[in-house]
Amino acid sequence: MATEAKNMAQGEKMNGANRPPLPIYLDYQATTPTDPRVVQAMLPWFTEKFGNPHSRNHAYGWEAEEAVEKARAQIGAIIGADEKEIVFTSGATESNNLALQGVARFYKDRKNHLITAVTEHKCVLDTMRHLEQEGFNVTYLPVAKDGLIDLAELKAAITDKTVLVSIMAANNEIGVIQPLAEIGAICRERGVFFHTDAAQAVGKIPLDVKSMKIDLMSISGHKIYGPKGIGALYVGRKPRVRLQALIHGGGQERGMRSGTLPTPLCVGLGEACAIAQREMGAEAERLKRLRDRFYAQIKKRLPEVYLNGDLERRLPGNLNLSFAYVEGEGLMMGIKDLCVSSGSACTSASLEPSYVLRALGVEEEMAHTSLRIGFGRFTTEQEVDYAVEHIVSSVNRLRAMSPLWEMAQEGIDLKSIQWAGH
Amino acid sequence: MSYSEKLIDHYENPRNVGSLDKNAADVGTGLVGAPACGDVMKLQIRVNEQGIIEDAKFKTFGCGSAIASSSLATEWIKGKTLDEAETIKNNQIAQHLALPPVKIHCSVLAEDAIKAAVADYRAKHAGKSEAAE
Repeated sequence: MATEAKNMAQGEKMNGANRPPLPIYLDYQATTPTDPRVVQAMLPWFTEKFGNPHSRNHAYGWEAEEAVEKARAQIGAIIGADEKEIVFTSGATESNNLALQGVARFYKDRKNHLITAVTEHKCVLDTMRHLEQEGFNVTYLPVAKDGLIDLAELKAAITDKTVLVSIMAANNEIGVIQPLAEIGAICRERGVFFHTDAAQAVGKIPLDVKSMKIDLMSISGHKIYGPKGIGALYVGRKPRVRLQALIHGGGQERGMRSGTLPTPLCVGLGEACAIAQREMGAEAERLKRLRDRFYAQIKKRLPEVYLNGDLERRLPGNLNLSFAYVEGEGLMMGIKDLCVSSGSACTSASLEPSYVLRALGVEEEMAHTSLRIGFGRFTTEQEVDYAVEHIVSSVNRLRAMSPLWEMAQEGIDLKSIQWAGH
Repeated sequence: MSYSEKLIDHYENPRNVGSLDKNAADVGTGLVGAPACGDVMKLQIRVNEQGIIEDAKFKTFGCGSAIASSSLATEWIKGKTLDEAETIKNNQIAQHLALPPVKIHCSVLAEDAIKAAVADYRAKHAGKSEAAE
């Protein structure tokens, strides 16, 4: 995938005339291919330079340690942090777990309250649920129709017992970017730690932990063209954040996360950050252009398509659209040459559509018709145009066989019907 | 999720998509499911004087399995009597299309749609002698 995508990005000849290679990957919020430059940087650390970075007594260990520390600095640089503030983890899920559980447990004698938002990733929400079972109190802030939290509500929710506020930087489904600097200022003023899950935001939008007053930040490797299985947690030193480790052992990572560091993965994450930092500006501009091109064509050619979440305060490579009267999973089956995600969780036994869309106030029936479309580093204009054609024809075909579309065309108010459900 | 060839064929080449005049005396209409649940099926039958289903049409809002289940249902009930159509069970549909377990409800909905269409036709016709179901 990565090489293929790379070739496409470099404009090599495609197989066939006007058709891009299929299937087309438009799910960059789920994961990204590892950038070939990242893979190149990683390779020596698997074979000839295989040392344990914690081995202090020989050259193999020293060179591995040097590589890991260089990566740490690269990660720190992209978020304005010192390398000493970066803790390697297995990914953003672990980082979120460490931040929330680690801080809550360390300060539990004095404080027992945490604040988060209803649109957070499951790994934050589920961790919060576990903390509730341990006896902590958690406030779940609602979001407005645009996906943003209300800062006045945040202020009102903070008490003397609040130890931590955890609000994600950018949402994984709707790409909406929260007002981090404002949240940071509120938290700092009240003496509350601010953690942000920035898995979707690092390398996509400028972030600066110092000016945004962020105390903890979760970072993922595979969302930023780095390898899977590696992530990081930024743990601020001014003011100093202390946390209880989740994984015990040799005391690596200043005791916050034991275990031998996976040198190739650390190097990969570092290189991914370095590339992202260099290319972020140009890449964001290119992705925004591709996204706008896609959205403009869809809007022009299909009626009753609705955008979920704010358009401006959004990751450049994300769209989340509801194609009214066409069920999302049915649509995905029709566009099987396109790899996208559906907001209709019809594959799960629950039949519940996306909780994020529901939190925005999107009606259940609309949530069932939504697709998340993610553009990324290797997406081409040709792929975007092909995707538009494919989606337009599939939506038209499925609307022609949708009883809801038919009723809407006849002027029947779908809400006036007594639906049986099942 | 991987789907059977039969299911994909019904999704890509659905049989009997369309609508019959729901106000016509010889047409029965079943509308089941709910938009909020992500599935709505409309299944219609045209019944001749001998009580045979001469034509069947459907429109479905739902996933591929829901579309295939309703397509298959229309195919199966054509040429059958109302009583015969009512004997079609969801597990026959599920088995024929090799529906994965999480999609069984689609076949249940298709069975419900057949029953609702038949009931609607009977309610229109039998009048006083046969109570509507």
